[in-house]
Amino acid sequence: MYDGGKIIVGLIIGLGLLLSPFFYNAGKAAKAPERELTPKAKEAKACVAPLSYMRESHFTLLDEWRQTVVRDGERYYKASDGKTFYKSLQVTCLECHSNYSKFCLQCHNYVDVAPYCWDCHILPEEKK
Amino acid sequence: MGVDRREFLKIAGMAALFGLGGKAAIDIFAPGELEASMEGLPLTKGKRWAMVIDIPKCLAQQAKGKDGCKECIIACHRAHNVPDWGNPKIAIKWIWQESFEHSFPYQPNPFIQEGLRNQPVILLCNHCFNPPCVRVCPTQATFKRKEDGIVCMDMHRCIGCRFCMAACPYGSRSFNWGNPRKAPKELNPDYPTNRAYPERSKGVVEKCDFCIELISKGELPACVQACDKIKAHALTFGDLADSESNVRKLLKQRYTIRRKPELGTEPNLFYIV
Repeated sequence: MYDGGKIIVGLIIGLGLLLSPFFYNAGKAAKAPERELTPKAKEAKACVAPLSYMRESHFTLLDEWRQTVVRDGERYYKASDGKTFYKSLQVTCLECHSNYSKFCLQCHNYVDVAPYCWDCHILPEEKK
Repeated sequence: MGVDRREFLKIAGMAALFGLGGKAAIDIFAPGELEASMEGLPLTKGKRWAMVIDIPKCLAQQAKGKDGCKECIIACHRAHNVPDWGNPKIAIKWIWQESFEHSFPYQPNPFIQEGLRNQPVILLCNHCFNPPCVRVCPTQATFKRKEDGIVCMDMHRCIGCRFCMAACPYGSRSFNWGNPRKAPKELNPDYPTNRAYPERSKGVVEKCDFCIELISKGELPACVQACDKIKAHALTFGDLADSESNVRKLLKQRYTIRRKPELGTEPNLFYIV
C-alpha cells in the first residue's frame, strides 16, 4: 500500500469529523417540552377523545375529521362520552387550545414535524 | 342449517312484498305523491341546489345606489376571506359582475333591449349537473356532492394544475398566484375578515361552493342573505329536485335563460331577463 500512513490518518480524521456531533452532544438530551393548557382547556377537563389517544394520534383524528367534513359533509363528531362536537380545527380545537406556541409548536419542534395546517387555517391571536 | 325450497320461496315472497311496499310502490300506485310530501324539508336536505337570479330586480337595486350595488359580492368575499389583489389578472372571484353581452356571449343581439345593454350581471359558479371541471381534475380535489349536487373544492388535495380552470366554460375558478395573507394591506385593512373560516395557500384553485358551511347549519348562502338584507330579493336559492320549491315555482312562472346551455353542462343557475 502506497502512502498507507497518510490514508489511515486521513480516515481517522474523517471518521472523527463525521462522529463529532455525537461526541459534542453526548449526555445532553434535549428535554421534552411540557405542554401548557389554557384555563379554558383545564376547566373542560376532557378533550374530544381520551388524553392518551389525543397525545399519540391527534393527527389521525384531525385527518379523519378533514376527510369526513370535506368529502362526506358530516360536520358533527360524537365523542365516546356521548357529547357532540362541531368538527373544526379552527373553530372547535383552537377555541380551547388557543395557545398555539405553548400547546402545539414547541412539541412539534421537539419531534421535528412541520404540519402545514396553518398555511390556511387561521391561528388565534396570542398575548405576548 | 340449509334453506329448503319451501323456505326459500317464502323468504323471496316476503322480500318482494317488502320491496313493493317501499318508495317504488308509492311511485307505481300514486306518482308524484312522495315528491309533494317532501315540501317544507329543512334547508339541509336539498337534493339539487339551484339559484334563480332576477336581473331586472338586481338592476333596479343597482340604479338606486351611486356606484351600483355590490352587497352580495362584499358579503361573500368577507365570509370566505377572499382578498382584493387590486389587479384583475390575479383576482380571486367567487361571485362577480360582468356585462350582459359577455355573460351570454352566444346570444348576440345588436338590437338588444336598452335596459340590458352593457348592464352588469351577477355571475358565480353554475354548480353544473355535468361539471367539466370535475371530469378533468386529476386528484379529485374538485367533486360533485352526491347528496345535493354542489360542486365542491377540497383545498387539501388541489395540486394547482389548473386543468379545471381550462375546462370551466364560465371562468368560475380562480388560481391563487400568491399567498392571500400577502395581499396588499391597504386594500384589505381588516383581513382576515372571517376568523371562523380558513384561508387558502398559494397554488390552489378556489371557487364558489354555495356556502356549504352555512347550508349545513340551515342558513342561506351569504350572497342570498346579503341581498335579502337590503330587501332586493334578486337571488333565490332552493332545491330544484322538489317540484314545489321556491325556485321551481319561480321557474314555472318566469322565462329564464342559462349561460352556454348548448355545452351540455346543465348549469343550476337560472337568469330571469
